[in-house]
Amino acid sequence: MKQLTVLSGKGGTGKTTITASFAALARMVVADCDVDAPDLHMLLHPQIIETKEFKGSKLAVIDETKCTGCGLCREKCRFDAITENIRVDPYACEGCGVCTIVCPLNAIALTERISGHTYISKTKYGFMSHALLSPSESNSGKLVTLVRQNAKMLAEKEHIDLTVIDGPPGIGCPVIASVTGVDAGLVVAEPTMSGIHDLKRALQLLAHFDVLPFVCVNMYDINKDNTEKIESFCRENSVETVGNIPFSPEVSEAMVAGKTIIEYSPRSAVTKEIEVIWQKISALMSKKQSLK
Amino acid sequence: MIISIASGKGGTGKTSVAVNMALSIENVQFLDCDVEEPNAYLFLNPKTNETRPVTVSVPFVNEKMCDHCGKCADFCQYNALFAGAEKILVFPELCHSCGGCLLICPKKAMIEGKHKIGTLLRGSAGDLELVYGELEVGEPMAVPVIREVKRHIKSGKNVILDSPPGTSCPVIQTVCGSDFCVLVTEPTPFGLHDLKIIVQVLENMKIPLGVIVNRAGIGDRKIYEYCKEKTIPILLEIPYQRRIAELYSRGIPFSLEMPEWKTRFQTLFNSVAELVGK
Repeated sequence: MKQLTVLSGKGGTGKTTITASFAALARMVVADCDVDAPDLHMLLHPQIIETKEFKGSKLAVIDETKCTGCGLCREKCRFDAITENIRVDPYACEGCGVCTIVCPLNAIALTERISGHTYISKTKYGFMSHALLSPSESNSGKLVTLVRQNAKMLAEKEHIDLTVIDGPPGIGCPVIASVTGVDAGLVVAEPTMSGIHDLKRALQLLAHFDVLPFVCVNMYDINKDNTEKIESFCRENSVETVGNIPFSPEVSEAMVAGKTIIEYSPRSAVTKEIEVIWQKISALMSKKQSLK
Repeated sequence: MIISIASGKGGTGKTSVAVNMALSIENVQFLDCDVEEPNAYLFLNPKTNETRPVTVSVPFVNEKMCDHCGKCADFCQYNALFAGAEKILVFPELCHSCGGCLLICPKKAMIEGKHKIGTLLRGSAGDLELVYGELEVGEPMAVPVIREVKRHIKSGKNVILDSPPGTSCPVIQTVCGSDFCVLVTEPTPFGLHDLKIIVQVLENMKIPLGVIVNRAGIGDRKIYEYCKEKTIPILLEIPYQRRIAELYSRGIPFSLEMPEWKTRFQTLFNSVAELVGK
């Protein structure tokens, strides 16, 4: 099975719009790995087949009947997660367990907390693996890994040879969990100063994990000089550019209608360009496969 | 007063709002807490005064004392230690620096050393002081870098914290301790969906909040209905204008070229101050 991750560094460049369009164009399993703020379901309307609890991290719990308030746990906790009156601050606690071993009265234990849910679903285009991290919960990297495992399992069961992953913004833990071991990464860039800066860091991340990079520019006509800068940067660094998508108010109209742009406006310039991008990527990915 | 600027959804205009507000008021300390993709300095063009590494403590094994009992690896909640028959392997990028392995090792064979995960930069642009962090590419943990940036908060300043997108640990680390959180959203289904999640996070944390609707005019009216229903104040609307988008694309804070916006950002700051009661 081949895997492609759509990422961006900078948020809001159009990852989800593009991933949803790909899902409408080819047979694949889609995985929404932006587990903090997942949006793909609003375009693909998945029917949930299976829901599972996600136990991502642990939390220290103090048995107040045993605690004498000696404060050793507070002294040893490096996350400042024990308050002055010896209570656990759930936002600061990283579930490391140091307090459980320093407590002379064995009054502290680690408990599992339900940090979210994973879902396996069916959309009108195919199968989807997604999740939702509960608000204020941590360990999104681990949840991303679960979403990818579910996608892989689905793909194998249904004999589908491609997974497309909608990645989170940034370059930190959930993004790393979304790109490790995939065949290719499509970086959706925006022709702005911030967009260029963030694109470079996203490409560095793909290089760091040895993932084949592709770049497309979204809303390229907002600033054509910057689009050219992105293209020449990619040429100099031997990164394949796969297309430039024009700005169109139809993209947010499609979003309001809860549809992919492919479905909402099949003959639009945006749709045509995304189709070209998809053809290029699938050709490049199968070429890479045959080289292996 | 400490004001954080967050959003849930990425690319809604956090940095743009934070920078324009910072440039419209006085006595500002600007902390860019989006250490994965720091962008504020691109708009502020600061003179860099200080650059230094951000390190975290990670364990090293003193092989002479280690008998490979594996208690450290059993204890570690983050799988940062692996006990082989002959050797304990350390994965520094997974370590949360809790120090538990040092405490649990019966042979006192664990030593702490430093591992670089990012860089802290301090600079100034006119009277404005800028502090920001940059996570090393390939390092997963942004939180310790954010913590380091926030260590520089000065009391008596108007502190503006530019948050990363999302709703999990890096965002929580950024907004905790804020007097107020300004949420920048766009009036689309994605904007609203992610706004609802971040509002819930902030309500759990008991941080007062208000909303700025950016790119007003696109999408639909559901954001307004939601805010009305939840009695969340809409502090400002920034219309979708080609000029604003173009200035942004060139790295120019739009209030510098469109001075009427400077007054609007001042008013925004004053209304936040009033809501906070400072």
